[in-house]
Amino acid sequence: MITMNPPTPSRIQVRPGNPNEGRQDYISIRDFGFWYGDKKALDAISVAIPERQVVAFIGPSGCGKSTLLRNLNRMNDLIDGIRHEGEITINGRSIYDPGLEVISLRRRVGMVFQKSNPFPKSIFENVVYALRVVGVKDRALLEEACETSLRKAALWDEVKDRLEDSALGLSGGQMQRLCIARAIANRPEILLMDEPCSALDPIATGKIEELIHELKAQFTIVIVTHSMQQAARVSDRTAFFYLGKLIEYDKTEKVFMNPSQAQTEAYISGRFG
Amino acid sequence: MALPDQDSATPRGEPWVWFSSLGLIVGLVMVLGLLGLVLMNGLSVFWAPPVPVVRLDDGTSLIGQLAQRRIRPGSPASAPRYERQYQVGLRELNGHSYVWVDESRVRAEEFPADILGLERMENGPAFVRPVRLTRADGRVVEAADPAFAEALAAEVAAGAGVRERLTEINRGRIGEVNAAMEQTRVDLRRAEDQKTPTEAIRRAMTALEARYATLGSEANQIKATGETSKLLAREAGGREVVVPMAQVVREWFPNRLGFADRLGLFFRRLGEFIFGEPREANTEGGLMPAIFGTLVMTVFMSLLVTPFGVIAAIYLREYAQQGSLLRIVRISVNNLAGVPSIVFGVFGLGFFVYVLGGSIDQLFFSDQLKYNNNTPVFGTGGLLWCSLTLALMTLPVVIVATEEALAAVPRGMREASLATGASKWQTIREILLPASAPGILTGVILAMARGAGEVAPLMLVGVVKLAPTLPLDGTAPFLHLDRKFMHLGFHVYDLGFQSPDSDAARPMVFATTLLLIVLVVCLNLGAITIRNRLRARYKTASF
Ligand SMILES: Nc1ncnc2c1ncn2[C@@H]1O[C@H](COP(=O)(O)OP(=O)(O)OP(=O)(O)O)[C@@H](O)[C@H]1O
Ligand SMILES: [Mg+2]
Repeated sequence: MITMNPPTPSRIQVRPGNPNEGRQDYISIRDFGFWYGDKKALDAISVAIPERQVVAFIGPSGCGKSTLLRNLNRMNDLIDGIRHEGEITINGRSIYDPGLEVISLRRRVGMVFQKSNPFPKSIFENVVYALRVVGVKDRALLEEACETSLRKAALWDEVKDRLEDSALGLSGGQMQRLCIARAIANRPEILLMDEPCSALDPIATGKIEELIHELKAQFTIVIVTHSMQQAARVSDRTAFFYLGKLIEYDKTEKVFMNPSQAQTEAYISGRFG
Repeated sequence: MALPDQDSATPRGEPWVWFSSLGLIVGLVMVLGLLGLVLMNGLSVFWAPPVPVVRLDDGTSLIGQLAQRRIRPGSPASAPRYERQYQVGLRELNGHSYVWVDESRVRAEEFPADILGLERMENGPAFVRPVRLTRADGRVVEAADPAFAEALAAEVAAGAGVRERLTEINRGRIGEVNAAMEQTRVDLRRAEDQKTPTEAIRRAMTALEARYATLGSEANQIKATGETSKLLAREAGGREVVVPMAQVVREWFPNRLGFADRLGLFFRRLGEFIFGEPREANTEGGLMPAIFGTLVMTVFMSLLVTPFGVIAAIYLREYAQQGSLLRIVRISVNNLAGVPSIVFGVFGLGFFVYVLGGSIDQLFFSDQLKYNNNTPVFGTGGLLWCSLTLALMTLPVVIVATEEALAAVPRGMREASLATGASKWQTIREILLPASAPGILTGVILAMARGAGEVAPLMLVGVVKLAPTLPLDGTAPFLHLDRKFMHLGFHVYDLGFQSPDSDAARPMVFATTLLLIVLVVCLNLGAITIRNRLRARYKTASF
């Protein structure tokens, strides 16, 4: 097994049927603001994401969902001229802590991107990439991890006979599921998913949603989606963003059945803009 | 409603299509013309046409192969007068082997079957009418004898055997003895200098000298047996010539050959040209050492420039702080590509050869310097310095190509790798470099093409007209970085401009040029094949 993330005591104490067990502010975003150069993309966002729950980010295109998501594993560091204010902590520790290596943060926070981005390698090598970079060489272990991840991502049956073929020969939807398998292969604690189902058919989408339900037992999941139904189906909590601001954040039933803000209601009922 | 009048050509922009295609056509015509010219002139060297006896108006005659025919300079364009150039050979009699003849002076051309063409080790070719052959065992065969041709061929083969044994002794065994003597001399001088006993060394020296003497007499003996076989022949004017058969490389009866024979002869000559050793100040014989030198140098240069260029580009693109300083560095690197190559040659001589090579000699070969008359090892031009100089010259090409290739890798791939927790270096090694390999190879191909054809800087840092040894051979350490070597590009220059017999060298210039082009094309094709393989591997599927 991979022992990168030693199980915390709280993880062992999980009691099925009580998903709310765990830290309430596992990921804590406080007064977070973000600039691309001079352009302010996020403004004073405060969100607390509980451990082992699914949180959905919804909102119209360009409102900053991806920007916030990409800040959780500091993916935005790659972009020139960015600036942030406020604080993000994971399990009490600031992700901007100079003593924390970005690499180890990213190993704990997996990510599935909005555009699928497989490597020009074989399917097998794509899935086990995260294990390879931490130096796992044991072939049996790699194969096991590959199979489990691909099964979870609902791709195993389609590719089990062609693991050595190039990943670039897959269809768009298969590629996206491959990226999901790749992101969960090293069992991160947190999984960030940026519209993971936008390229998938209803059956694969269903499988991914099942996967999210399953993963919830171990991982904390943040998912960006444009589908209200999907947000309602998979998430425990929902955050609605508009023009870089957090408009509403609450239990999913509450947001969908009884939103407190008029803008939220307008958006989820489709009467928006 | 009527549409306004339109210029029918404008909407589709047809004049521009024509105009731009014209540019392409002009370019193509020029390239193909150049290739055609080189191909025609280069290949005709190996063709053996019938050889006439030409009777001139003043009663004299000549035997010669037609080399070219041209309008006489200064003759009126309305009534042009032609002149012909014949290759008559027999330089030892005539002092030259080509003659120009005004076409109006030619009375008759006959093609007697007994005309014999000879290629010789010295004094160029010969076109003669044979009289009689004295064989090695003393028997005499008259030219009229039906067995004459066969006997002649047998003597030529025997002569080749004699030459082979001689080179084996001269180059091989005497060469070894020479090298050993050289080393012993250094040992002796060192021993004298350090006041250590010298008897053993002196004894070794005497033994070597004795061996040298025996080998020398052995060689002389072989030479003497080879010299008994002679051909007596007559040139057109009736003068007699005696040709020692050990000197004859190839014989043919140009007026008896059928087309298939001529074709066979053509390919045998072509083969000798590619695989043989040069003769006669490089104007005849083969080019193997030059081909080999060019190949080894180019490949070695690519091996040097690729890692340097790729590493530099990775730093520039991935690690360095992007800013105005980096922009200046980048502009400088790009401008390096525009620096004339001779400047690199001067730099190579001044820095690599004198400074670097000199220091290497001081550090590692000080013995050699002290006791061997200051003969430098690395402190003089050689393969290593040539390759380094050209690597430096082609570095910008590789850097620019690699930077472009790195920049062209989709951002998503880079992000995906980093998001799984890979470090920057892991991302570069595992994702970026493989994905940009085709682009990097394009740079290497360009660098190779430029490097293989470069002559000017090489003349300063280690290419020579005639090198006794190859830079890569069977003696340790196999790749001799300190050796001087021959190069096709320099060969072209040397033949074309430095040759004492420019008429004899002219066809060889074309043939050598052709070979150089073929070599560069082959190298490029090899690299392009590899690149296409890589490209196929990284081709993205459609969605
Ligand atoms: N690299 C960047 N540089 C500058 N501005 C950016 C960059 N990436 C995003 N933005 C801007 O930041 C804002 C938020 O973008 P973001 O990608 O977070 O939107 P989103 O909510 O994910 O939209 P979508 O649903 O269409 O994916 C947009 O106005 C966008 O133009
Ligand atoms: Mg987005």
